[in-house]
Amino acid sequence: MKCTFIVYRFDPAVDKKPRYQEYTVEAEPTDKILDCLNKIRWEQDPTLSYRYSCAHGICGSDALMINGRIELACQKLVRDFKTANNFVIEPLPLFRVIKDLVVDLTPFFEKHRKVRPYLINSQEPPETERLQDPENQKTVEPAIRCILCASCTAACPISRANDKYLGPAALLRAFRYIADSRDSERENRLAQLDNEDGAWGCKTMWWCTDVCPKEIPITKSIGQIKRLIKEEEKKKAGS
Amino acid sequence: MKHQFDVVIVGSGLAGLRAAIELEEDASVAVLSKVFATRSHSGAAQGGIGAALGNEEEDNWEWHMFDTVKGSDYLGDQDAIEILAQDAPRTIYELEHIGVPFNRTPEGKIAQRAFGGHTRNFGEAPVKRACYAADRTGRVILDTLWEKSLQRGIQFFDEFQLMSLIIHEGQCCGLIAYEIATGKLHTFQSKAVLLATGGYGKVYKTTSNAFASTGDGLAIAFRAGAPLEDMEFVQFHPTGIYKLGILISEAARGEGGILRNNEGERFMERYAPVIKDLAPRDMVSRCILEEIRAGKGIDGKDYVHLDLTHLGKELLDTKLAEITGFARTYAGVEPVNEPIPVQPTCHYMMGGIAADVDGRVITDSEGTAFPGLYAAGECACVSVHGANRLGCNSLLDILVFGRRAGKEMHRFISTVETVELPPDPEKVVAQQIIALMQSEGKESIGEIRAEMQKVMMDDVSVFRHKEGLEEAVEKIRELKQRYRNIRLQDKGNCFNRDLLDAIELGHMLDLAEVITLGALSREESRGAHSREDFPKRDDEKWLVHTMFKHSADEGPQLFFKPVTITRFQPKERKY
Repeated sequence: MKCTFIVYRFDPAVDKKPRYQEYTVEAEPTDKILDCLNKIRWEQDPTLSYRYSCAHGICGSDALMINGRIELACQKLVRDFKTANNFVIEPLPLFRVIKDLVVDLTPFFEKHRKVRPYLINSQEPPETERLQDPENQKTVEPAIRCILCASCTAACPISRANDKYLGPAALLRAFRYIADSRDSERENRLAQLDNEDGAWGCKTMWWCTDVCPKEIPITKSIGQIKRLIKEEEKKKAGS
Repeated sequence: MKHQFDVVIVGSGLAGLRAAIELEEDASVAVLSKVFATRSHSGAAQGGIGAALGNEEEDNWEWHMFDTVKGSDYLGDQDAIEILAQDAPRTIYELEHIGVPFNRTPEGKIAQRAFGGHTRNFGEAPVKRACYAADRTGRVILDTLWEKSLQRGIQFFDEFQLMSLIIHEGQCCGLIAYEIATGKLHTFQSKAVLLATGGYGKVYKTTSNAFASTGDGLAIAFRAGAPLEDMEFVQFHPTGIYKLGILISEAARGEGGILRNNEGERFMERYAPVIKDLAPRDMVSRCILEEIRAGKGIDGKDYVHLDLTHLGKELLDTKLAEITGFARTYAGVEPVNEPIPVQPTCHYMMGGIAADVDGRVITDSEGTAFPGLYAAGECACVSVHGANRLGCNSLLDILVFGRRAGKEMHRFISTVETVELPPDPEKVVAQQIIALMQSEGKESIGEIRAEMQKVMMDDVSVFRHKEGLEEAVEKIRELKQRYRNIRLQDKGNCFNRDLLDAIELGHMLDLAEVITLGALSREESRGAHSREDFPKRDDEKWLVHTMFKHSADEGPQLFFKPVTITRFQPKERKY
């Protein structure tokens, strides 16, 4: 069947401002949106640029705006949309467009670095594994599903308003280490997030959770950070 | 632009990152990758990483070694396999210590599950040896190592495409890379280069591999004089989603999943009475195709069913969440109630750049090192997987030998001075890019790629025979000729995917030729290489590694390297 794709185009070497280009693609209902973009590029217009790699929702390369909603192009099929086979494809919002559908994620990864996204444990490890309660591992589990596709942060209204706000992805990563019983930096991590650019920036609008292609309860995780900050405060007040 | 480092690592998957972490403390290290580091294909590994921890039941590394040797159909080098199996527990504990969030047993140890070809007591019954984090094991290890690299301040050059190695007087002293965002060339001068560029499943039409898996490192090393080893051994994973090739992890069968034909029969019982659905991948893929040939595919088509319906929703949601999601999204199947349609998909390359157990690229059958050049991970052939890799041995391989390569490079760089680069090292690459951009040819990159993928799928996949392979060689050589006449439409310098596609296709054509020549020359059936005209294993003649060396004039040149056999003498392989 014929599908119409209206695709955002911008080549900084040629274009003064972005434009939209229309393509007609012969596609199956089971084709991924990424397959359709590939058909455009391989059969019609090799100048179209976008990122992609694994093509099954694990590498996190191809988060895009599809019909106004943030999705992974490789995780959505033509049949998933009720738009009469018409598609509008645009780059992720929030980030600077480098070319066509490719955006500059440098600020996203800078924020990721800020939360010290690695296990810190000052004690010498044992000869075998550190023991961990399986219940604790389960608490961490949703957060480790993150593939760093930046969908949540791109969708977040607070991130759009405050460029210092860490954003949902970085907060989720912080939560992953805060919640991990093997990490010894919990207090300092919580203190770092106890401000408007950290956990309190989140106004519980759920947009991040809504767009997450891995169905991670991001807003809830940020909520848990807030709760843990409060608990720490109580502990300190009590002592 | 010019850069200088002690070591430059190409590839930011697990092998590259593990080597980088090993080196970083007192050497300057750069990691280059054509995709952003966390997009590397190690992240797609699902089911687990093997190590005889014995956390769930009795196990020991010698059983692991035996299983790997037998799984390799006795082609794996046993000195290397011994290192792999013996070093496995340390490797896992190290991952755990830096933060990898493994699933846990009730008492808090790392959880383990069964995997194909891994057995207790030299083949008696399946054993729980694969350590896992749900079915996202590769992804969480990749994230953890990448984040460890950030902590260490390792310098990344993301979205840089390797273009060529700089070889001066027989020594590798750096490389040329193309910056994808700007189109600029960069010269990296270094004492050592580690190639960790992964696999090249994209040579085939149906594959579980990422678009980035095009074997750039192998093709470039090959052109620079490094031999490629055992390239005919290509692993087809038994359970790719029908038509799409997306992987349904072997963990699905490790947790109790069953393969069924159109009669609902558990057909693996007939082929492997002892370990049934947990037979090694080469065997299960062949069995599926045999069933299809016998008219027992589902609805007369070329697929069978993977049945997980008896495992229950809770197990699927907690231990196999990712793959059940794939089945829902891509196959439109609800695995809780319905079987998943599957067929073999090109998954892993046993062959690669010939390397020793310390990551040194070797140039001949005696093991002479290529000074300054190292390889680790799927792009290398050590060889621990021989003719067939066992599931959950790949993550182990790339971490064990990534680390060893790091250690060896660390030793090497303290023994040598930085070699002066030849004049104008970027010149050849710059000319190559201009030639591609300005070509007035008529051929389409997409068409040549599709024809290559089709011929490899038709004639060089699970079952092979002389006539088909000869036709395939001819076809690939014709495609190589046509490739000289391709035309690029994108002439820009910013994210020019058209140019990158052209470069990758050139690499894949070289590799397709070597795979096919290897398959044609090896007149026996061993592991993943099944010759219908030579259905038996022939240890007398073919218990050797095939090696191909590049020759610009005469095409790839075949020679042999002996197999190292220590503890386990070749026996018939039954499961």
